[in-house]
Amino acid sequence: MDRKRLSLPFDRAELAKLRAGDACLVSGEMFMLRDAGHVRLLAELDRRGSLPYGLDGATIFYAGPSPAAAGRPFGAVGPTTASRMDFAAPTLHRAGIVATVGKGVRGQEVVRACRETGSVYFVATGGAAALLARCVVSGEVVAYDDLGTEALRRIEVCDLPIFVGIDTQGKCIYDL
Amino acid sequence: MNTSAIITKEDVARAVYEAIPKIACELPADVRVALEDARACEGPTRGAFVLDQLIENARIAAADHVPLCQDTGTVWVCLEIGPDVVVPGDVFALVDDAVARAYDEARLRKSVVRDALFDRANTGDNTPAFVDVHFVERPGARVHVMLKGGGSDNASRVVMLAPGAGREGVVREIMDCVRAKAANACPPLVLGIGVGSTFDRVAHLAKAALLRPVGQRSQDERTAAFERELLEEINALGLGPGALGGKTLALDVHVETAPCHIAALPLAINMGCSAMRRATIDLAAVASAETCAAFEARAVASQGEHVSEREGE
Repeated sequence: MDRKRLSLPFDRAELAKLRAGDACLVSGEMFMLRDAGHVRLLAELDRRGSLPYGLDGATIFYAGPSPAAAGRPFGAVGPTTASRMDFAAPTLHRAGIVATVGKGVRGQEVVRACRETGSVYFVATGGAAALLARCVVSGEVVAYDDLGTEALRRIEVCDLPIFVGIDTQGKCIYDL
Repeated sequence: MNTSAIITKEDVARAVYEAIPKIACELPADVRVALEDARACEGPTRGAFVLDQLIENARIAAADHVPLCQDTGTVWVCLEIGPDVVVPGDVFALVDDAVARAYDEARLRKSVVRDALFDRANTGDNTPAFVDVHFVERPGARVHVMLKGGGSDNASRVVMLAPGAGREGVVREIMDCVRAKAANACPPLVLGIGVGSTFDRVAHLAKAALLRPVGQRSQDERTAAFERELLEEINALGLGPGALGGKTLALDVHVETAPCHIAALPLAINMGCSAMRRATIDLAAVASAETCAAFEARAVASQGEHVSEREGE
């Protein structure tokens, strides 16, 4: 399979060239955040008026990893169901998050937000977390440590295999 | 003479403790073979790429002793007790302790909050486990252990249909659920379908159906035919592995039916993800072997002075 190599943080002009269904290998720095962390992040965004923790221009991987194992920062890392974060995604895209990584179909409000802000939703294979964990070079908690696996983490990935799920024109991989 | 085997809380806790790290990291052989078979008949699709990843994932997880999936689930412990077996009322008393130790030592994710509505703080040790006991006709005792992921459970459904909906209505509801939710549940899926019983029990039928090995049809001929029909229809959608396109959206469909009220047609669809984490441990065999050994050891040590209530086993 032909795969496009992409570097993080993403450049919106580069994201605009991607099409739903494209296979990619992604390297660089991204963040992990999921359910409970999104409630906290929205509250902070509301108070400050801008994204904290260097999240402006960043990519969020919807994932809660298992603890370090086998000499790697996490034993297993994989995407969680993205639609649970639909309540927060449009606001976060408008605030500066340029891409998300997860699994599953998303709501129309996220499709619209991707189109309006030039953002992209990527899809990773659910249930391939031992394999994907090999692509995570390092990881550290940035905030919300009390949430355990749901804390905000900064991670460095190398050749993370993902598909373009929703492109900047609003096309969706699950509709292909 | 009472020859009943006694299943103790220690027997159950030991089985749970030993099963958890193994099932978290090793894909059952039936599922692995089904993934390989699915890969063999898949064309040059994105689904084939997904299957390659899942097969490689299972290899890495087993070799490195790391979880197949980061969501190492909630723990379901289902005890089946036959007529020749006795259980004390505290038979689950040590299960949470076993779960906490297993999750810590095997470095599995802790994914349980204290209260769904009022206190969503993580309990920190993946307890409590969710436990069931069933009294069955089959002799002996078995404990089923399943680590159930949140994504596939969220994609599941319980619905009370009108009896008039009939077989067609049941199929329509299942297909509607699959179309709407399969992509979220990490396909290729194993679908557990429960039809009948009552509102609370139909979900158990569906979940218990996931325990049956992939490829094993129902022993009831009508049910077996219904399973084949559903599997064919689901895979004909073309959603495929990962729901990214291909032939195999479901590895299998297992249906369990039961009697129900004249007014009811309860239906439950429990989606099982490709990272099926389950094991069945035969407790009576373990209990009687160990009890015999323990008894003999005690008998040797005390020269037969102390005789426990388990002597008759």
